[in-house]
Amino acid sequence: MQIFDLEKQGLRALNEQLHAQSTDTNQTSWEVINAKGSHSIAVGLDAPIAVTVKGSTGYYCGGMNKQATINVHGSVGPGAGENMMSGTIIVDGDASQYAGATGHGGLLVVKGNASSRCGISMKGIDIVVHGNIGHMSAFMAQSGNLVVLGDAGDALGDSCYEAHLFVRGKVKSLGADCEQKEMRAEHIAILKDLLERADANAKPEEFTRYGSARNLYNFDVDNAAAY
Amino acid sequence: MCGIVGLFLKDTSLEPQLGTMLTDMLITMTDRGPDSAGIAIYGEEVAQTTKLTVQSANADRDFASLEADLSRAVDTPVSLSRKATHSVIHAPSAKANQIRQALRELRPDMRIMSTGDVMEIYKEVGLPEDVATRFDIRKMSGTHGIGHTRMATESAITTMGAHPFSTGPDQCLVHNGSLSNHNNLRRKLRREGIHIETENDTEVGAAYLSWKMQTGSSLGEALESSLEDLDGFFTFVVGTKDGFGVVRDPIACKPAVMAETDQYVAFGSEYRALVNLPNIENARVWEPEPATVYFWSH
Repeated sequence: MQIFDLEKQGLRALNEQLHAQSTDTNQTSWEVINAKGSHSIAVGLDAPIAVTVKGSTGYYCGGMNKQATINVHGSVGPGAGENMMSGTIIVDGDASQYAGATGHGGLLVVKGNASSRCGISMKGIDIVVHGNIGHMSAFMAQSGNLVVLGDAGDALGDSCYEAHLFVRGKVKSLGADCEQKEMRAEHIAILKDLLERADANAKPEEFTRYGSARNLYNFDVDNAAAY
Repeated sequence: MCGIVGLFLKDTSLEPQLGTMLTDMLITMTDRGPDSAGIAIYGEEVAQTTKLTVQSANADRDFASLEADLSRAVDTPVSLSRKATHSVIHAPSAKANQIRQALRELRPDMRIMSTGDVMEIYKEVGLPEDVATRFDIRKMSGTHGIGHTRMATESAITTMGAHPFSTGPDQCLVHNGSLSNHNNLRRKLRREGIHIETENDTEVGAAYLSWKMQTGSSLGEALESSLEDLDGFFTFVVGTKDGFGVVRDPIACKPAVMAETDQYVAFGSEYRALVNLPNIENARVWEPEPATVYFWSH
């Protein structure tokens, strides 16, 4: 286990050391202490390493992540896991605005609540929020799955494309061109897998699925298999 | 960007440290706005005494004989405590209006930053650390306070464009964001007879709240109606004689995080501003909801 004191050693040194890890590194386990709300912790990683952050972080924690597993023992500021490609980020506390924005892949788990614009423009990432999400979440969401065990705020899924949105609780309002969808066996299977991986205690059957009504973009039914 | 910090103390034993705590919080937010900085501190009340904080671009000239000139003009002894470009005039409350009038005649170039029983406002161009040092903010005690560091977007970098803005006796406002209907609203408020000095958008926000309260709204009602009448982005933090409040626009893209313990309620544009507060590990930490007015008072 490599222990890194962020206050003493600085952010640039941390990210340089983490970036220096390759696929076959021996230093697979890292712990970052004294996070104190710092920005850009563990951004741009590309190795199968595990990073534990003690304390809450600022902006963009785990942004652009590939392969790595990042566990934050605290809350995260705006843009956590922004544009992540693969790997896993687990936030024990809450997430601020636009968690998982534009994410292409991987799994982002928020054990508390996520704020506004969660999963905005998501492009393949899976996001599981144990609590509630704020307004304008999944705005223009293109692909991937957003799973919410609690409630969703205003304008869920506004102008969304083909992302799957699953909400167990209440939805304050749906955004433009977002509608309730039928829950089919394939969706139950997706949910079951994600809930297990996110250590979430909920049954897939308790959720309602939402998605695009496909009136706002040039959806062509002949291409349905591609979505 | 812009950075806001606010601290409302519940535990009176922390009051001597208010200036230091608020200064440290504001310095942490320096990279959110390097243009100007300001702090409003709510200090001790002296019975039947009003504080007027004044500012001068030519402080040596304007402050030199001000105490004697004012005392003579209002026929009552007033006292002056100077800090760099600012001075706080302590005068009998009954004479407050006369003092304002006398100041306009004696020192027409001088600006009145704030009036009230307890509030003092200090603001200047420069970094938070420099501004706080200049006005010796660390030594100030108080019940609550608000700080702001500005990244100018809507108007020039000047002392008068710095925050906090006074909205009335013992009331102030700081803002992160930008208002898009401030020109129209400024014209409307000027027609209503409200004095607005600068082209700054936040000053219009402050004047709007003042006008609402002058026409019968409570602060809470004024903040509620700001959600209807102000167009643009805003996270506002307001201070009053015995409390402080927070409101964010319905889109809420300007950041805000709050923390509450038995000892205090704290506001920061980022969590970083709060990390050195006592017992923050066990505080309730949350993001204020959009279009929701929060208020705490003693």
